[in-house]
Amino acid sequence: MNLHRWAALAALAVLFMTASTSLPPLRSGDAPIRTRVEPYYIEHVVEQTATLNIVSAILADYRSFDTFGETTVVFAAGLAVYLLLGRREDEAQ
Amino acid sequence: MIQVYDSVIVRTVAKLLVPFIQVFGLYVVFHGAKSPGGGFQGGAILGASLILLRLTVGPSAAGNYLPGRSALRLGAGGVLVYAVIGLIPMLNGAAFLDYGSIPLPMLGAARHAVGIELVEVGVALAVSCIMVSIFDDLAPALRPAKMSQGKLT
Repeated sequence: MNLHRWAALAALAVLFMTASTSLPPLRSGDAPIRTRVEPYYIEHVVEQTATLNIVSAILADYRSFDTFGETTVVFAAGLAVYLLLGRREDEAQ
Repeated sequence: MIQVYDSVIVRTVAKLLVPFIQVFGLYVVFHGAKSPGGGFQGGAILGASLILLRLTVGPSAAGNYLPGRSALRLGAGGVLVYAVIGLIPMLNGAAFLDYGSIPLPMLGAARHAVGIELVEVGVALAVSCIMVSIFDDLAPALRPAKMSQGKLT
């Protein structure tokens, strides 16, 4: 890699490290996810989704787009292994 | 080199266990809305049961589940199930994956429950079949051959 790319990479690393200092600390009780997001799920999950398992409801409903991406990643992994190692029907055995 | 395990005891026990493993996998998938579980976990159990058959029974007719490349195709079908469930609400003008607008004669919350369940089925199909597909690519000798005109090719 040339110098410009290294400089851009270093700038990005500095940016991420600086930004990470303003994140709420781990397990902090007054982070927005604790005070707003989690109580909302716990209060509304049954009336909104009729699903008792809150993990399933968040995974497959509130965060469904994320899970769709995860499923696509699983399929992409299978496709990648097939493209790298897979043999055609007539080559097997 | 991965080889079929050549022991009558192992083969018999595996053949006996596989239906129970698969029933438990289906339970984990379909009970995921009420108890710990879901598509990823149940799909992993279902995929493991088929891999157990491949390792013990081998590519004979008895273990001839998901032969040839059908595992990869069914895995793609699982992703397709998920995408179609997401697209159905868009027919009613709602957002992608907004289960509340699935056209079913029931309350909104129940529609969400149906949407979650169908999506979990798609995830389970994709995860189990892709596990089998990856195993087949790593151990092609154990992959059941595709049936053509009633006999193994």
